[in-house]
Amino acid sequence: MIGKSVITLDDLSVRQIREMLHKAQYIDSHRKEVAHTCEGRVLATLFYEPSTRTRLSFETAMLRLGGKVIGFAGAQLASVTKGETIADTLKTVSNYVDVVAIRHPKEGAALVASRAASVPVINAGDGGHMHPTQTLADLATLQSRFGRVTDLTVGLCGDLTFGRTVHSLIETLCRFGNVNFVLISPDELKTPRYVLDRIDATDSCSYVEVRDLASVIGDLDVLYMTRVQKERFFNEDDYLRLRDTYILDAAKMSLAKKDMAVLHPLPRVNEIAVEVDDDPRAAYFEQVKNGMLMRMALESSVVGDRLPGYEPLESEEVAV
Amino acid sequence: MEVTSIQNGIIIDHVPAGTALKVLEYLKIDPSKTKLALIMNTDSHMYGTKDIIKIEDESGVDAIDLDVLGLVARTATVGIVRGGRIVEKKKPTLPEHVVNIIKCVNPRCVTTTEPAVQMFHLVHSDRQEYRCDYCDEEAKF
Repeated sequence: MIGKSVITLDDLSVRQIREMLHKAQYIDSHRKEVAHTCEGRVLATLFYEPSTRTRLSFETAMLRLGGKVIGFAGAQLASVTKGETIADTLKTVSNYVDVVAIRHPKEGAALVASRAASVPVINAGDGGHMHPTQTLADLATLQSRFGRVTDLTVGLCGDLTFGRTVHSLIETLCRFGNVNFVLISPDELKTPRYVLDRIDATDSCSYVEVRDLASVIGDLDVLYMTRVQKERFFNEDDYLRLRDTYILDAAKMSLAKKDMAVLHPLPRVNEIAVEVDDDPRAAYFEQVKNGMLMRMALESSVVGDRLPGYEPLESEEVAV
Repeated sequence: MEVTSIQNGIIIDHVPAGTALKVLEYLKIDPSKTKLALIMNTDSHMYGTKDIIKIEDESGVDAIDLDVLGLVARTATVGIVRGGRIVEKKKPTLPEHVVNIIKCVNPRCVTTTEPAVQMFHLVHSDRQEYRCDYCDEEAKF
């Protein structure tokens, strides 16, 4: 993976994703040992739109590996206000740093960046399109909760039309196989056809589409809640009408399995009641930690720095 | 209806009815500067109606880009004419990649603001579905 850009998770093989999951677990239990792994390295976080959580996660990941961080947050601070293209910015920044994390409101911006850059580029979200490290955080959370990312019934609830994290998670779980999807959304926010095609094309995976969360919550191993995102709507009325469609509260949780895991890419608005936070099945703040660990695994891998004491997975352990 | 035959050039047959002018535009053939005949909305055994384009051009099939033709006129066939006779027939296939022929229509796509090459890839040959390399939006023709 040395020198490799990660724009979508299709850039990584299933074997490489398993290796990342394994590395993240190692990092979590060997924080001191890995603290100097990326000494002398510099990460640039180029955030053309605000995302405090994701930026801090990328930056903390590099700092915890012993590297340093430069960057900007908000396009008004950047040379983009002077009309500089993404490609030119990346050609410039490539001369300063060892790895770039880019977030941009335009879909496909990270691909443009990776084609222009001479160092690896990690997509930290390009509009409503892809956010691969969020999916890695989701997978790491399933792995830590269930010890596997297969043989699960996964419910996805809320905005399944614009929710890029949902599409990416479905497509990636299909690559691992043996997952039943329960797609819970209002008619206006159903899963796009091309995502359903991906499930259809995977023999070991299946899906059902439903409108009612309470009637299916008892079947689920995982409930992945999503926020109805204001910034994805052109029309405020549509946003307000659909925002409150699904709210997960203690009453609905009482219908769920004892070991179900509740995931959410965060930030939430009101779709998960605060009372659910104390439920041991709430895994969404664990996801944040896993996100940082996966970014540590990814950053150290693409710059080619070996984690001290880390033993890679044997080939039979990663075979699918 | 009688149209004088061409001596050397190509006959693009089975063009979807009413689209011949659009096909010429995609093929970057200027009808005002090219010796050609257009037959539009004529009878077709296979499709009911069709357009036919006849182009007099010594370079034969090299006069057109078969990938572009496959993209915009998927039912079309190409007859290569030499000495007034069709000597060879070609059926265009769907190209795997399409570069700088169509534009992405997604207003959120990076290509609307960045001077990037317009690139699409074939994702479903049965449905003849192309998606933008950058944002994965389905191509509109």
